[in-house]
Amino acid sequence: MTTVALDRTSRRRRRRRVSSRVLKYAALAFAAVVVLLPVYVLLVASFKGAGEADPSRAWALPESWSLDAWREAWNGEQYGLLPFLKNSLKLVIPATLISTVIGSLNGFVLSRWRFPGADLVFLFLLFGLFIPYQAVMIPLTQIFIDVDFPEGIPRLAFAHIVYGIPITTLIFRSYYATIPEDLIEAARMDRAGMLRTYWSVVLPISAPAFVVTAIWQFTSIWNDFLFAVFIVTDPGQWPVTVALNNTTGSLVTPYNVQMAAALIASLPTLIVYILLGRYFMRGLMAGALKG
Amino acid sequence: MADIQLDKLAKRFPNGFEAVKELTLEIAEAELLVLVGPSGCGKTTALRMIAGLEDISSGDLYIGGKRMNDVLERDRDIAMVFQNYALYPHMTVAQNIAFSLKLARRPKQEIRERVQETTRLLGLEDLLDRRPKQLSGGQRQRVAMGRAIIRKPQVFLMDEPLSNLDAQLRVHMRGEIEALQKRLGVTTVYVTHDQIEAMTMGDRVAVMRSGELQQVDTPTHVYDHPANLFVAGFIGSPPMNLARGTIERADDGLLVRIGSSAVPIPAEIARERDLDPWVGRELIVGIRPEDLEGPGEDGRHAGGALIRAKIDRVEALGANLLGFFTVDAPPATSEAIAEATGGGLEEVALITREGTPFCATFEPRVALRVGDEVDVAVDVRRFHFFDPDSETAIGG
Repeated sequence: MTTVALDRTSRRRRRRRVSSRVLKYAALAFAAVVVLLPVYVLLVASFKGAGEADPSRAWALPESWSLDAWREAWNGEQYGLLPFLKNSLKLVIPATLISTVIGSLNGFVLSRWRFPGADLVFLFLLFGLFIPYQAVMIPLTQIFIDVDFPEGIPRLAFAHIVYGIPITTLIFRSYYATIPEDLIEAARMDRAGMLRTYWSVVLPISAPAFVVTAIWQFTSIWNDFLFAVFIVTDPGQWPVTVALNNTTGSLVTPYNVQMAAALIASLPTLIVYILLGRYFMRGLMAGALKG
Repeated sequence: MADIQLDKLAKRFPNGFEAVKELTLEIAEAELLVLVGPSGCGKTTALRMIAGLEDISSGDLYIGGKRMNDVLERDRDIAMVFQNYALYPHMTVAQNIAFSLKLARRPKQEIRERVQETTRLLGLEDLLDRRPKQLSGGQRQRVAMGRAIIRKPQVFLMDEPLSNLDAQLRVHMRGEIEALQKRLGVTTVYVTHDQIEAMTMGDRVAVMRSGELQQVDTPTHVYDHPANLFVAGFIGSPPMNLARGTIERADDGLLVRIGSSAVPIPAEIARERDLDPWVGRELIVGIRPEDLEGPGEDGRHAGGALIRAKIDRVEALGANLLGFFTVDAPPATSEAIAEATGGGLEEVALITREGTPFCATFEPRVALRVGDEVDVAVDVRRFHFFDPDSETAIGG
């Protein structure tokens, strides 16, 4: 008797668990569809021929699949993005690395190797998070002109580095705050100075924060349009976002090429996520303390 | 090796909190001094000031005769063992231990030899390439020790190094650390809240409360002659029985009355403790549980005066029996005792509504039951008397 009753309750419980899981998956699937629908339109349009790609038939699959649009967007004479992709990489890689390293150093001295007034400095840095691009564009350009800063990508990279410092500092400071103070003090007792402590003790366990910050910086610098279009005047040095914008012709809009170009332009950020995401290391701190 | 001198060392935090108040202490060369007290008594802050991890607000610190107030922590030649071990998680055992030598740019050959020597001393030879997370608590503790001793510093500082180990390992490591310290002969300051660690390990024990030094002496002397109520309540387990009593004059000398019991005081004790001025006055009487002896298996007493006890509770510890009973005397409630024994004032008052709980020891095989009425023998020579106002010991 009892076993039967138990059986029944456990079956009922299992059924409830299954139904709650079904609900969860349904909600997630719905959200995924909402997010992916535009991507579907992008994808199908990019494989259509020149005449076929038209907003009125946006949902339809291509009648004949063609790679022409991709070829044109990649390296075509009129719309080819390749040189601009190279520009973007020349911009994004150094800017990401430099702003991340600066953020790491800042985070360290603002949390674990503090100096008098550290909180105030941090507060001012945080203000930087809330200043919109538009507010600084004109003064920034004026400063560049006044100091005769090298034009083109160096200017843009510099702007992104400076503009990235508040957020990279914030991420690293929060991460370093989770490093036990004991660990830093142990290094001090082992006679390590500030830089040595940073280099030998803090940096080796900073990988998770570096990954998060690098993904963040890479994505936001790669995707930036406003600074790029404003600061870089030489079309030869445009990053891909500006070039992408210019695939919109004034008379005709080749939708298929534009969609393929948009996908190409967004691929690097996707790749960065996939590559670096694997290095989101957990439990890196395990074993330092008693736990 | 060096001696350490603390001269009116004080720490005031920016919020006005005085963690350490004019602490004056001398720690001899090669001595192991235990700083003990309940949490928040300032012992760790004092240690951190010696280490250089905390600024000194006022007073002077000398190590080996040299004033250290303004010397950077890395120039003080001190090694420290942290409560949480604070091992570098990304380094192996060997790298953890060698880190300080590497920073000091010692030759590779020397580093290798000293790591070998240190790990052999600590029984870590087989774990050199492990990372901290692959080690047990006891092994991590040893690595933390290794990191300190490889330096051959002038001074070791240890901040509750055993508090994260389980009880058995703690007892074992207690002995190991003490033996190691004696062998290396390095002046050591050891901070703990565990009075058993203090008693067993220290050459001398310094008891602290609320940032103030209460007493510093050998463990035995602190145990036998606690300077005040706080030390009396803090050192010893189970804690000292404390009740209010009065000194009265009898026909042939003095006696101390504790509730309805009266214990005669031999003339030489009265003289020695200078109890005459206390005749007719209330004071606090302290009796350690082991100085309250129940009748043996044969029903006979060790001798001395007897107190009648109705047993409320029995605890069998194996080696002996503890019998708890209530004495019909007012309890010696004080903030110091509450702080020392970890109980709140109200709590103490609640339990002792009708008197004061006392604890006596019995031979382990005595048939003792709750409700039994027995006589327990007291040795008045082992009594402690305290001034109820100043809370300090009377007559040493």
